[in-house]
Amino acid sequence: MSEVRTLIVDDSSVMRKIVERSLRQAGLDPLVVYEAGNGAEGLDMLKAKPVDLILSDINMPSMDGLEFLRQIKAQNLAPGVPVVMITTESSEEHVKQAILAGARGYIRKPFTAEQVKERVLPLLNAA
Amino acid sequence: MAVSLRESVQLVSDPRNLDASVEEVFQLMLGVDCRRDGAFILDEQQSVTAVVGFGGLLSGACVFRSGSSTAMKIAERMTGMEFEEIDDTVKDGIGELCNMLAGAWKGKVPNLAANCGLSVPAVITGRDYHLHVQAPEFKVNHTYRFEDASFEVTIICDGLQ
Repeated sequence: MSEVRTLIVDDSSVMRKIVERSLRQAGLDPLVVYEAGNGAEGLDMLKAKPVDLILSDINMPSMDGLEFLRQIKAQNLAPGVPVVMITTESSEEHVKQAILAGARGYIRKPFTAEQVKERVLPLLNAA
Repeated sequence: MAVSLRESVQLVSDPRNLDASVEEVFQLMLGVDCRRDGAFILDEQQSVTAVVGFGGLLSGACVFRSGSSTAMKIAERMTGMEFEEIDDTVKDGIGELCNMLAGAWKGKVPNLAANCGLSVPAVITGRDYHLHVQAPEFKVNHTYRFEDASFEVTIICDGLQ
């Protein structure tokens, strides 16, 4: 697999590391990771760096994950790049809102590396 | 039709939901098996408490509490790093752990999962402090142990619609 440039957006630095580790365990290697602590930082990062994959939390201060998704679409940033939400919010309503806002996948915390692999690899292979 | 949790209070307050949530989070994120233990005894001077608030049909909080050595052990399992003190990474890890416990717990009841939001975690460290909630609707408090580390998790509900 060629280099996968990934943006991980989560207000927890520990969770960003766990997500990165899960991606490597899922076989995404070589992997280049960019990190952001909230949606606003994520948008700034997307303006500066081209990426192949975006993974985002929903509950974050400053700009949450759903608004981040809406802004990606509104500003036409990262067109065609798959966005997967990784969050504790797992109700059907939350999933529906995320899909409507542009998410292509959804992973509930807590998660395993295997679940990350199952949700993420098909999206990268289809891109 | 308006959704209410009043009639399903027994389901919401079922103590097995908390046990299943703790087991799930610790198994998937730390790779350890937790078991219920007796009363929580804090035998260290410094403790770490993380609080995630619930809002919506249920208001209240999920509270995690442990001594500093258990908090560092949990953070080590989560990150693969080693810690000698309660630094920002340990606090961040314990806050995220509490967030996942709160999310897993509310996910056990479908109406709760859909109609109850979570706050961003708050983490308190120090000694000689006490968290008090006046006349909660219900409270579930359990102590757990993995290896030689113990901690307690409390679900406090102070309002149910």
